[in-house]
Amino acid sequence: MEDMLFYDRMQFAFTITFHYLFPQLTMGLSLMIVYFKWKFLRTKVDKFNDAAKFWMKIFALNFAMGVVTGIPMEFQFGTNWAKFSELTGGIIGQTLAMEGMFSFFLESSFLGLFLFGEKLLGQKLHFLTGFLVFLGSWASGYLIIATHSWMQYPVGYEILENGKFVLTNFGALFSNPWLLPSFLHNQMGSVITSSFVMAGVGAFYLLNNKHSAFGKLFVKTGVIFGLISSILVAFPTGDLAAKNVVKYQPVTFAAMEGIFETEEGGSEIILIGQPDVVNKKLDNKIAVPNILSFLTYQRWDAEIKGLNEFDESLHPTNIPGLYYAYHIMVGLGTIFIGLMLLAAVQLYRKKLYDTKWILWALMFMLPFPYIANTTGWYTAELGRQPWLVYDLLRTADGISPTVSSGNTLFTLLGFIGLYILLGLLFLMLAGKIINKGPETAKIN
Amino acid sequence: MELFWYIVLMTMLTIYVILDGYDFGAGIIHLFFAKKEKDKKAITSAIGPFWDANEVWLIASGGVLFFAFPTLYASSFSGFYLPLMMILWLLIFRAIGLELRGQVHNKIWESIWDKAFGISSLLLALFFGIALGNVVRGVNLGMVTNGVSAHEPHFFFLPLWNSSFSPHAEHLGIIDWFTLLLGIIGVVALAIHGANWIIFKTNSDLNEKLKNVAFNLNIALLILVIVSLFIWHIIEPHPFHNFIDQPWLWIFPIITFTGLFGLFKVKSFKKHGLGFLFSSLFLFGGLTSTVASIFPKVLPSTNDVNPDLTLYNVAAHEYGLSVGVYWFIIAAFLVGVYMFVQYRVFTGKMDDVDYGEH
Repeated sequence: MEDMLFYDRMQFAFTITFHYLFPQLTMGLSLMIVYFKWKFLRTKVDKFNDAAKFWMKIFALNFAMGVVTGIPMEFQFGTNWAKFSELTGGIIGQTLAMEGMFSFFLESSFLGLFLFGEKLLGQKLHFLTGFLVFLGSWASGYLIIATHSWMQYPVGYEILENGKFVLTNFGALFSNPWLLPSFLHNQMGSVITSSFVMAGVGAFYLLNNKHSAFGKLFVKTGVIFGLISSILVAFPTGDLAAKNVVKYQPVTFAAMEGIFETEEGGSEIILIGQPDVVNKKLDNKIAVPNILSFLTYQRWDAEIKGLNEFDESLHPTNIPGLYYAYHIMVGLGTIFIGLMLLAAVQLYRKKLYDTKWILWALMFMLPFPYIANTTGWYTAELGRQPWLVYDLLRTADGISPTVSSGNTLFTLLGFIGLYILLGLLFLMLAGKIINKGPETAKIN
Repeated sequence: MELFWYIVLMTMLTIYVILDGYDFGAGIIHLFFAKKEKDKKAITSAIGPFWDANEVWLIASGGVLFFAFPTLYASSFSGFYLPLMMILWLLIFRAIGLELRGQVHNKIWESIWDKAFGISSLLLALFFGIALGNVVRGVNLGMVTNGVSAHEPHFFFLPLWNSSFSPHAEHLGIIDWFTLLLGIIGVVALAIHGANWIIFKTNSDLNEKLKNVAFNLNIALLILVIVSLFIWHIIEPHPFHNFIDQPWLWIFPIITFTGLFGLFKVKSFKKHGLGFLFSSLFLFGGLTSTVASIFPKVLPSTNDVNPDLTLYNVAAHEYGLSVGVYWFIIAAFLVGVYMFVQYRVFTGKMDDVDYGEH
């Protein structure tokens, strides 16, 4: 039984982590491509359309990877989490079915038109198809996070005698207080990824003295989008999301922040330190007194509950993992704001394209938003443990009763092999597109 | 309300089979009959802008199954664990075969992805046929041995096969001679369907040859269908009782045979879309007749201990099903609009669309 739970969790964690590398770029990049198309419509400067076309190539490849790795996610609710699906399908099935009906059809129908239809449609309609692809991808994110929010903070339900969760209020799924902050926080994270990718590719061109006109455009666009999204991801969206955790999952918050004991007169914020769960303390701690209380309640001496206040059966199952995931996300987020601020100042002073070290930094930072987004999701998911539906259904009670651990390990190994292949192919092909660079419009 | 969602789900699945069916069929044709680069290009152009949207019908059907019939979703997805995972892997291979082939111009690269696309299309057609066979035959719900259930009455697990390959064995497998027969029917029917789509959407040199292929495969299909009808009663002793109670249901078998016999005229059709229309009729009729014959069962039980799963004992609660109707009608209308736009823009022959070389 323990084995079954372990492999079911490993398979879900592995496949969702790999999957979400792609949609986070899809959602942010679609916004930026729509921006380029819009600039082109307004200014008629070919550069913007060429830029849109170049990023559409990356987008198409990335989108295909997102689709093929996304189908296994929807299947896995039934294959590996059958008990969970049976008990809660009447509720989370609503939002997941809506995702299929409202966003997947929208995205897939108009993606074909967007990629192949520029000549057939004309510029205005082509812009519209791009906008609809963007809308579809963000709607998909919204409905997934509506599902996620119900698992974090269940609303609008009733539990029958046979243990089944029954929907009693459809509207509550969308007025869930968990939903909006999480959604906006996540979308800003996704715009950060696409901004850093764009700025990083632009910096690569500038440092290489290749495609310099596009290099400048990509760096400039990436830095402006990157600065705005890096700030918004922390405040107000991240701040509101964290306040939801304080309010609805205080034990998770204590574990995230590494607070083992409630402190009199206000809690310190921990910057660095390694949690020792056995001895209930942090090693090598660097902390600033009272800041956490202030950030959370705007009072220096506000009390924040430590893990000691909760029964151990309610503690998150992987406290160090949760603590690191959260601290890596926050640490990287801080670095993103710093780098983008510096770059924006240089941009304003018209010196950015000659400031080599910032260009190098932008190029090397390209992978890090992926890590920040991934650890952000780990914070949410490890934070919810040991529950599937918070406080109501334990993870161990949600697995498929008839699928043996040997069968799950078999398919997990299959996914690992297949996804390594997919990842290599993606890097190779994306590298090829980037190395070739944007093409300028042919003059008729 | 359960009946409404049952009809919705079956309609969506049928649309999926007809739409993605021509993609699989095109893949099978690609594997066996496309030798020249020009022919391969014609085939991928014919499905290029559509296959991705077609696959969404599978995902959306899965979503509706999850939401309206959660018990069936949980039971069948965990019970058919291995074949579903393999279907996923094949869908991935097929998709990357289509998407990546055109990205690098190299003979070895191209032939690897050609084969990936063709072979996974063939296996998918086979697996979907086998899946239908499993639903007709039923499974050992509750995993009963000696009259005792090992699990809750709606859960089960099937290995890929057992040593006897018999649909009557005590320990069933996914693949036995009955389900395999339906799998082969699936491959042949979708190959014909794919050939018809290519004829419909391209001016390829291959078209004349494909008409012969469709004709010959149709003879094989007729024989296979007749064989399957004879052995059907071994699996299901009373396959016609619903048709006797509700004679209007005979419309479905009539549609099946209209499609099947209509296809024998494939060589003389003046309009290129007619062949595709008839193979669509065959698929529509075949699926609806099968479903009508086991109604209201959705997954029969092969033991006497646990009852069949029917659309009534696997459905979600009343309120959820009712409220779903509102958003579903809006969504279905939008999907209709998208499909109209999509097929309107890419109307007629597709030879000029450069698929895969964005």
